[in-house]
Amino acid sequence: MDRTPMTDPRQSWTFSREVNAEIRRAAATGIYDIRGGGAKRRVPHFDDLLFLGASMSRYPLEGYRERCDTSVVLGTRFAKKPIELKIPITIAGMSFGALSAHAKEALGRGATLAGTSTTTGDGGMTEEERGHSEKLVYQYLPSRYGMNPDDLRRCDAIEIVVGQGAKPGGGGMLLGQKITERVAGMRDLPVGIDQRSACRHPDWTGPDDLEIKILELREITGWEKPIYIKVGGARPYFDTALAVKAGADVVVLDGMQGGTAATQDVFIENVGQPTLACIRPAVQALQDLGLHREVQLIVSGGIRTGADVAKALALGADAVSIGTAALVALGDNDPHWEDEYRKLGSTYGAYDDWHEGRDPAGITTQDPALMARLDPVAGGRRLRNYLNVMTLECQTIARACGKSHVHNLEPEDLCALTMEAAAMAQVPLAGTNWYPGKPGF
Amino acid sequence: MEVIDLATTGLRDLNATLQAAARERGNAAYTIENPRGAHALAVGLDGPLDVTVKGSTGYYCAGMNKAASIRVTGSAGPGVAENMMSGTVTIEGDASQYAGATGRGGLLVIKGNASSRCGISMKGIDIVVHGSIGHMAAFMAQRGNLVVLGDAGDALGDSIYEAQLFVRGRVASLGADCEEKEMRPEHLDLLRDLLARAGADARPEEFRRYGSARRLYNFHIDHADAY
Repeated sequence: MDRTPMTDPRQSWTFSREVNAEIRRAAATGIYDIRGGGAKRRVPHFDDLLFLGASMSRYPLEGYRERCDTSVVLGTRFAKKPIELKIPITIAGMSFGALSAHAKEALGRGATLAGTSTTTGDGGMTEEERGHSEKLVYQYLPSRYGMNPDDLRRCDAIEIVVGQGAKPGGGGMLLGQKITERVAGMRDLPVGIDQRSACRHPDWTGPDDLEIKILELREITGWEKPIYIKVGGARPYFDTALAVKAGADVVVLDGMQGGTAATQDVFIENVGQPTLACIRPAVQALQDLGLHREVQLIVSGGIRTGADVAKALALGADAVSIGTAALVALGDNDPHWEDEYRKLGSTYGAYDDWHEGRDPAGITTQDPALMARLDPVAGGRRLRNYLNVMTLECQTIARACGKSHVHNLEPEDLCALTMEAAAMAQVPLAGTNWYPGKPGF
Repeated sequence: MEVIDLATTGLRDLNATLQAAARERGNAAYTIENPRGAHALAVGLDGPLDVTVKGSTGYYCAGMNKAASIRVTGSAGPGVAENMMSGTVTIEGDASQYAGATGRGGLLVIKGNASSRCGISMKGIDIVVHGSIGHMAAFMAQRGNLVVLGDAGDALGDSIYEAQLFVRGRVASLGADCEEKEMRPEHLDLLRDLLARAGADARPEEFRRYGSARRLYNFHIDHADAY
């Protein structure tokens, strides 16, 4: 044995291969990485919670036999015509422009088949979406692209977007390659230019102003439409309280795992709070105001399964909203397109250059040839199936906890697997009756 | 001429009456008395109604107007004629911030001065201000024309797209990617028409034109200092 033992080559945790690759990319191009989607880093999430289920002191309901309701009514505070949904899972706002017309149509079809609502996005309302969505929420964004009173009157609810979980405090950018004639026409912009979406609303600057803005929107629409206010997961207690003060019927709270069409990776990964950390402060704000359940709370950002839905509801949400998961149900990041993802320097499951308009699945593109790959009818059926499965999963858990309505789930039904999750969700660490910050300890 | 007194009529009743009249009673005329700075007056009108507001208004007067002609004899609060689609809105006095914000069509005439962010994100509206305007006017302005007979404050036309700005007086400073443009005959014709429609006593030749340098239309790292 003549070889001197050597230390194994050791990769740095701090300067990992992934980190170094990004340094090299930045050095070569001089620009930060822009991508779609939400935070990819591991953060405390619903996976870190478990339901306790029935026991000696809790009676379960019989699966497949005893009823477990899933309906939800949104907008009961002021609106003359609240939205009634069969399931507590809605489709989040995603713009025509970022998504193809086929994708928007598929979302509308799927949502309608499942008895829920879908939402427009930054770029206005398309006929495909309105025509195939029984219940459509019309987003009122800082850019006001395509905003008009006719669409305000023909929507079913209005969602004033203050922030987004992927980028609280940030605007958006739709790169020129996706600004086709139709997209540009809807946004009153030239074809082919990078289109900035403002980060602030142009005609109000705080909750006092917003209260008056909401008055105007209600006056224009005859006080019929529920008004949602969407906030990113930044300061959920105060954001929720101020949204309520401004007159919201519904608060939409989007955590950092919530997706976006295109933003700087550094923004997505480093600004905002995990969804799990946002729910209890928001619910607390509603409870402190005596308006929990009267002002409904919709939680979004990283909802994937019926278990996630059940956990969000147990923590106090009235409904959840899905975006990324809905796109995956349509076919986004499907292994079927792996050869093409490879050509784009990515792989299925990791493809996030949605802003480039070259999506092999035909969802985040305006390229007619790519768009044609998504059949909106089939896509709608896939989304319907997925929503149905999530609902069944949520009901399965609720019945196991003895609940005849999914809204009867409560924090007492939960425990946490980690200290972090226990602290954020304010439910006991598994095997204990304690969580960090619990009063009395 | 119908008269509605806001001292005795609620806002909801007022707007419901005007909205129904705009839809069903073409070219009817209404006078609103005692507005006392109320918000959201005469919003969402969708038809050729003639409305005179006798006094001053609060936020968002004439918001999202379509086809109606609305005149405010006093001054207007923030966001007057925001997102206007068509028709005419005339303010005899001054206008607060965000006048004509995101407007997509029609004509907004302000006979006094306008505060900051006049014409912010405008998308096709024409705005004529007889007096001066404050800072950050026409920020991210996309389409339409802003005419100012007086002076303009700092950062005029910051991040402007394809809107055209005409200023007769002094411009304190131009915003990012906004530059002075050549005044060609077609611009003089356009300006002449706008001035006439706005009842403004000025000659097109007295104005200078500003618009986008189009240097920021597509992101380029060498322009990072401008963002």
